[in-house]
Amino acid sequence: MTDFVTGLLRFRRGPWELVASILIALGVIMLMQPFALWAYTYSFIVTLTGTVMFIVVSHFPE
Amino acid sequence: MTESPITRVARATPEPVSRRVRGLSDRAIAWIFVAPTIFLLLAINIFPLIWTIRLSFTNYRANRLNREVEWVGLRNYERILTDDGIWMNMQATAHFLFWTIVLQVLIGFTLAWLINRKFRGNDLITTIIVLPMMLSPAVVGNFWTFLYQPQIGLVNYVVEFFTGIPANSFSMLGSVTLAPWAIVIVDTWMWTPFVMLICLAGLRSIPDYIYEAAEIDRASKWRQFWTITVPMVLPFLMLAVLFRGIENFKMFDLVVQLTGGGPGNTTLLASIDLKREAFEKWRTGYSSAYAIILFVTVFGLASIYVKALNKVKER
Repeated sequence: MTDFVTGLLRFRRGPWELVASILIALGVIMLMQPFALWAYTYSFIVTLTGTVMFIVVSHFPE
Repeated sequence: MTESPITRVARATPEPVSRRVRGLSDRAIAWIFVAPTIFLLLAINIFPLIWTIRLSFTNYRANRLNREVEWVGLRNYERILTDDGIWMNMQATAHFLFWTIVLQVLIGFTLAWLINRKFRGNDLITTIIVLPMMLSPAVVGNFWTFLYQPQIGLVNYVVEFFTGIPANSFSMLGSVTLAPWAIVIVDTWMWTPFVMLICLAGLRSIPDYIYEAAEIDRASKWRQFWTITVPMVLPFLMLAVLFRGIENFKMFDLVVQLTGGGPGNTTLLASIDLKREAFEKWRTGYSSAYAIILFVTVFGLASIYVKALNKVKER
């Protein structure tokens, strides 16, 4: 956990990619879940944030 | 002494051309070769994408060219993301996507594993299994509508034979509970051979000596399967899931032919709804926003998937 936080603070690719991946996955689940309309409403912004973040952080150093 | 083919080609090049080419650097020649591809990519992929993003913020309608186009900001996105109907379509797409991938991976891998054993008629059986994916989706959709027919369809009689439920008492394509499964069955029938072929390539790439070493170490068949076969086929399997996932997310022809999105809207997948909005209702700006939402979803999923695939390959 400490390594993960340190990686985030030092702008390392691994932990930031993990955060972006979690956001994308969360966004897709929110888009397709059958339980709450509000989750569907905010799904696109979550997926978009994750995708843009993924593109940016994939240029961070290892 | 015979001349090499390169020398012959160089000699055959007309003098004015060779003089011009001689003056170019390797980098310039590389650019000359790559430029047409880059140009095509920009013209066919990148420009339409940027144009679609621009249109998604307007109320443009492609069938009313003289109408003034207004900038509506995020209103199209807001309307799509608060629409109950589109939310239902996303759920129908998720159901179709999830079950087709699960079934195709399970059946495809099992078939590949069985076909990989050496037996008589192996090639013939492989060819027969691969046949469905060679057919046109329109043809497959058409003949499965006959197979699903409650009065004359074979499927209902098979179900009656095994379960005793009267053949004409249910309709696979007419029932709101059965229709989503009917399209899953057809897509699985058609595309399982594709997954099987990719898995077969993975299984055949595993060298025999690894299994021989495992035999010497007295590893059971079960352990060999989980510690050799599955990890070595996993990158191939993930590639198959990526291809089928993207393909099924934009599934259109097969489902239109089978159900047309019905009964009600139970099999109205996102791509079918998008086509209706764009080319039947002619709400171009609105459908552009719809397309961008689908694009970002597929792009995001593909990004994390490719990353996972690379990680598996590195192992």
